[in-house]
Amino acid sequence: MSTTEQGMVQKAEPGVHHDHHELPFIRQYIFSTDHKMIAKQFMFVSLFFLVVGGLLATLMRWQLGYPGQPMPGGGILPDAMMAPTPGGAVMLPEFYNSLVTMHGTIMIFFAIMPLLVGLFGNLLIPLQIGAEDMAFPRLNMASFWLAVPAGILMLASFGVEGGAAGAGWTSYAPLSASGEYTGVYLGQQLWLVSLTILGFSSLAGAVNYITTVVNMRAPGMTWFRIPLATWALFITAILVLLAIPILAGALIMLLFDQTIGTAFFLPEFDGEPLLWQHLFWFFGHPEVYILILPAMGIASEVIANRARKPIFGYHSMVLAIIAIAFLGWIVWGHHMFQSGMNPMLGTSFMISTMAIAVPSAIKTFNWLATLWKGDIHLDSPMLYALAFVSLFIIGGLSGIFMASTPVDVYIHDTYFIVAHIHYVLFGGSLFAIFAGITFWYPKMFGRLMNEPLNKVHFTLTFVLYNLVFWPMHNLGLQGMMRRIYDFTQYEYLQPLQPMNRFITTCVFLLVATQAVYAFNFFWSMFKGEKASANPWNSNGLEWTVPSPPPHGNFAETPVVHRGPYEYSSPESDTDFLPQTAPPRRQPDRPLEPTPTPEGA
Amino acid sequence: MTWSWILPESFSTFAGDVDAIYYVILWITGIVFVITEGLLIYFVLRYRHKEGRKATFHHGSTRMEVAWTLVPLMIVIWIGVASKGVWDRMKRDVPDNAMELIVTAQQFEWQVTYPGLDGVLGTEDDFTLLNQLHAPQDRPILVYLRATDVLHSFFLPEMRVKQDAVPGQEIRVWFEAVAPGDYTLGCAELCGTGHTTMNGTLTVHSQVDYDAWVASQAQQ
Repeated sequence: MSTTEQGMVQKAEPGVHHDHHELPFIRQYIFSTDHKMIAKQFMFVSLFFLVVGGLLATLMRWQLGYPGQPMPGGGILPDAMMAPTPGGAVMLPEFYNSLVTMHGTIMIFFAIMPLLVGLFGNLLIPLQIGAEDMAFPRLNMASFWLAVPAGILMLASFGVEGGAAGAGWTSYAPLSASGEYTGVYLGQQLWLVSLTILGFSSLAGAVNYITTVVNMRAPGMTWFRIPLATWALFITAILVLLAIPILAGALIMLLFDQTIGTAFFLPEFDGEPLLWQHLFWFFGHPEVYILILPAMGIASEVIANRARKPIFGYHSMVLAIIAIAFLGWIVWGHHMFQSGMNPMLGTSFMISTMAIAVPSAIKTFNWLATLWKGDIHLDSPMLYALAFVSLFIIGGLSGIFMASTPVDVYIHDTYFIVAHIHYVLFGGSLFAIFAGITFWYPKMFGRLMNEPLNKVHFTLTFVLYNLVFWPMHNLGLQGMMRRIYDFTQYEYLQPLQPMNRFITTCVFLLVATQAVYAFNFFWSMFKGEKASANPWNSNGLEWTVPSPPPHGNFAETPVVHRGPYEYSSPESDTDFLPQTAPPRRQPDRPLEPTPTPEGA
Repeated sequence: MTWSWILPESFSTFAGDVDAIYYVILWITGIVFVITEGLLIYFVLRYRHKEGRKATFHHGSTRMEVAWTLVPLMIVIWIGVASKGVWDRMKRDVPDNAMELIVTAQQFEWQVTYPGLDGVLGTEDDFTLLNQLHAPQDRPILVYLRATDVLHSFFLPEMRVKQDAVPGQEIRVWFEAVAPGDYTLGCAELCGTGHTTMNGTLTVHSQVDYDAWVASQAQQ
């Protein structure tokens, strides 16, 4: 063990044992082993990819709003993407298919997942449980630095001959297995290699998170005193650990089919296309719970704090997280109802899928009950968290339609599904991310974000978001398919042109609105109001240390005396009671009962 | 702009059942939506911070947890059970007396193979048309669905039919149209750069007209 690791392992000893040695710039900001810096690294890179994903969607929406029409500024893109015509540059179907594919891929793997798991996992877990850092700081550094080349490969794939992957983010075989079918060769392979590398990044993180939560909780931090954000991230890490290897296996099998002559998925050599779907979705369904559970954890923290009230049903909330994670393994076939798999499996997967709605419903009712008789402060983190609940309700309810196998016959692969996905991923996960970034921003940067600007961003985003995605339910019900370059080829879909154009306009405005948050994010870093250690009057351990916390987090090992949601407790003079506040001692009454003398 | 929760009209025997389940789910989720969003808005307004307001120090209620676990569970299981019957009818229980066709999906066309005048597939008088599915009304049509290259999805929206076509497999899919007319045949699974062009027509004839049509095709 190096001396640095030795110094970090001596966690149980109180007192400052870190010298204030100045780390060189490259060790402090580039190759850092400090979980807080790694969290920020994930955050900056992921927010960049979020913008890229949004721009890809904007391009897609141009084609859907104005099918076959020259796109302003399209001329700067290569001819392989936008065909030059006398009127201007017109999008080609191959580029449209790449946009569809890469929008989904980048948003899921390079934006939402690293924001929830990379940013919040790294930032919150050690601080909330009272640890000085993760169990394996250098492995943590490796986790981030594996994600970077994965991202570079994914972006680079746009520039290769044949363009970026074009078989959907789900990459179904045989379409994805041979460039003959898509015209994409190297791009598809880069996609596979990139995601495989990213998988290793995720696995490294998962190992770290699980070990840290199991082994490094401060004294008194029992399992049922852990904040819900850390609970959610812990369970998510278990899902990552178990699900990502399956994806990696499938990706490698597909890469072999493409390159070295295997035929796992190629029917002309007795391969089975449905095998890809089973493998992908066996990973893919736990994946969607990876994408929502941390968001739920963040929402719980913000809602309890801003309502100044204990989270309603804390134990049920923990059990619901575990139930969602467990049930998430036995529903994957609901993505495959129409795939040609045995219809009897459709029925069994339908029942399990219906059942998994219940723990999410439980959580929703508990959030509502937390608001009931609270003292609700409607500042921007709370607004984002409330939006999360309201939009997640819609996303969850829309899921019931597709869970019913006969209804799914009609709405599968239509825009109804696109609406559902975006209500849970954007309405759900992304709004929770906004809540979390805003809430923990002072802890990360020592300054508060500008509150009025956030309210402007929130209002515009909430309204525009719904104008974009709510009508997509209707587009799906009218029969509009997904991933379709020009729906006007279908006569029965031509009346949907105006609604598609409307959605496109709102998407442009929605993407532009994000500049407000981006501006606030960077401006506040330098000009924001300086933050105290605990600007939200919160109970968690992360709020007992300075903003931002020093290397090693806690000057002395904290001791925990209660759960994280004792807001408005009669034991406290204020409306909060930190987990580490010593228990109130009654005057003239010792803490321990006097031992009875023997024989008395 | 048309906007409606009402489904477009459907024209097959089992479509009514599919649509009925959709409407049942719409009602149930609609009521839950109104109640939950309503409570959210009400609580936010009623309990928002004012000077002197104090939150109630309340941790939870096991009784409520049990209630809001069991009631949703019963509702969703009921929806599942109700759905099962319709699903079995659509995907498993092909009626007797079905007229058989072969539909082969290929980048980027639907090849529809008809049995010809002798009514039997696999004989010399079979003929194949591209992107045109002709069928008589009031008769079950059994399609043997194939694909030659990649996944496609056989989508007849007005019939409430959708079935992925999988290369290497032959999948049975059936429907029975209840009214004559021209309907949509589309592909609902991304199948490459020409996915958007893979549209065709389902033409439903009266039985008499259908026989006449077959005869006219046979002469060509």
